[in-house]
Amino acid sequence: MNLRAKAVRAAWSQFMIVVSGLCAGMCGAVLAIVVAYVIGKGIKAINWTFFTKLPTPVGVPGGGVANALVGSIEIIVMASLAAIPVGVLAGIYLALFGRGRLAALVRFFSDVLTGMPSIAIGMFAYALVVIPTGHFSAVSASVALAVIMLPIVVRTTEEAVRLVPTMIREGALALGIPAWKATLMVTVPVARPGIVTGVLLAVARVAGESAPLLFTAFGSQFWSRGVGQPTAALPLVIYTYANSPYADWQQIAWGCALILVVLVFALNLTARLAFSSRVAAN
Amino acid sequence: MSQESAKLVSATRAAAARPVRARTSPAGDRIFSFVLFFASYLVLAVVAGLFIVLLQRSWPAIQAIGPRAFSNLWSPNDAQFGVLSFVYGTIVSSFIALLVAGPIGIGAALFLAELAPRKLATPVAMLIELLAAVPSIVYGLWGLYALAPFVRTYIGPALQHSLGFLPIFQGPIYGVGMLTGGLILAIMVVPTVAAISRDVFEAVPRDQREGMLALGATKWEMMTKAVLPYARSGVIGALVLGLGRALGEAMAVVLVIGNKPQIVASLFAPGYTMASVLANEFSEATGKVYISMLIEIGLLLFVVSLVVNVAARLLVWSASGRGRR
Repeated sequence: MNLRAKAVRAAWSQFMIVVSGLCAGMCGAVLAIVVAYVIGKGIKAINWTFFTKLPTPVGVPGGGVANALVGSIEIIVMASLAAIPVGVLAGIYLALFGRGRLAALVRFFSDVLTGMPSIAIGMFAYALVVIPTGHFSAVSASVALAVIMLPIVVRTTEEAVRLVPTMIREGALALGIPAWKATLMVTVPVARPGIVTGVLLAVARVAGESAPLLFTAFGSQFWSRGVGQPTAALPLVIYTYANSPYADWQQIAWGCALILVVLVFALNLTARLAFSSRVAAN
Repeated sequence: MSQESAKLVSATRAAAARPVRARTSPAGDRIFSFVLFFASYLVLAVVAGLFIVLLQRSWPAIQAIGPRAFSNLWSPNDAQFGVLSFVYGTIVSSFIALLVAGPIGIGAALFLAELAPRKLATPVAMLIELLAAVPSIVYGLWGLYALAPFVRTYIGPALQHSLGFLPIFQGPIYGVGMLTGGLILAIMVVPTVAAISRDVFEAVPRDQREGMLALGATKWEMMTKAVLPYARSGVIGALVLGLGRALGEAMAVVLVIGNKPQIVASLFAPGYTMASVLANEFSEATGKVYISMLIEIGLLLFVVSLVVNVAARLLVWSASGRGRR
């Protein structure tokens, strides 16, 4: 009797282990299905004109999304220029000097900010930049994306700097190097792979963001005429064309989706490689 | 003594006389620490700024509409701005998402943290992270062209066939609707739940497990009776974080939920959420009150997300060593 009860319990345990494995497997399967679908639909749209030409009206063949590609890059680069320096400095502060209640508060609200809806952050950029300047612009989109990037860069930089052994830094200080120099020229270079990982992850996160661009970059059918003007971006092209009833426009949406997925995955995998090479070096 | 060596001696003496402190630069350090300090408090300023700016721009709507904003009628052309149906849609779609993603995410986390060999756990964990990395607009596109038809032809009829006596599974199945929105959100929420739960499980001390195993428990009993209770607050935190992600998601939902401001029982019927109304109606909004009202919805979304995220982070922090992650 006792033995049988034990066998039942062991069998139940085995069964549930398989079930939990299936849960993990399902996540992988969903990813595979979505990615396969995007590749299957998107690959047909990809050709040379897709990358080099402007969009054409419905029915006119040979349109591309060159302006959206350039617009996306423009917006992301400007956002990075704003968010990365500030985020890295804040992360260094939290890791090296961040004791006390206020630092804990900064840490806490960075985490909270990571969870804020991107569309609300887009509204913020709209209210902050678009309303006062009077028109949609690439700059306002960059403000929104920078806000999204900032907490990610802060927290990953903090992690990376925290991992640097204090001995290295103390060695530098013992040689009489000022603290700021020891930080920037000794601690930060050692932590660099981790910081790069964080930056790449932050860029990957915002590269596919579409909600905040709706009220800021707004989208455009033409080349951008400057950072203060409405600008096309890949995620916006997907949104606009996904809702259209025309097959060739939907096709372009799938092409853009494929580009975004490839870009985001490449950034994620590179980030992971950059990090694992650091682990290997230790 | 030659002239050269005399020069050397005097130079050495001069160097020795110079105070050592001159070689460190306290001014540089002070500037540096000020810059670092400033940068890190910018994060707090951004959070405060979000609230203040949104409140300021939604003030016209708050004044013009006031508590009538919580009515059920949304008809901007008649100056009726009631957001209740959006709140309802947000709650229902997020609830569906958690109902589906919660068990799967926790199961996957248990598998990765406790059961899978390292060689398997690392690549599977990476796949789950990639699932989180797929842009939401891509999920929306896929949801519109792949998932919605699938719900219309398979999932919907199957549910209606087996559970059709429930009011939530009655009525025509359009494909786009509350259920499809919830399912897309479930896919997007699973990685959050799985990753955070896994961290929390891994923070459970070894002794807990070994004690349980030593008492003769099976592996599953160890997990349900030693690991899960210990990690409970963290797992709840992970679920609440997932909820936060579902509440605020706009682009995936706007493409698949049908965008109709109504409160009906059927999950097959189209609905609307706070985030998706912003995405869908902002570009066509005209008039000061209409735009301001949409910003007010954004403010509401921000405040709700803030509360949800603060609660979740407190739970997760307490469970996995505060401030470490």
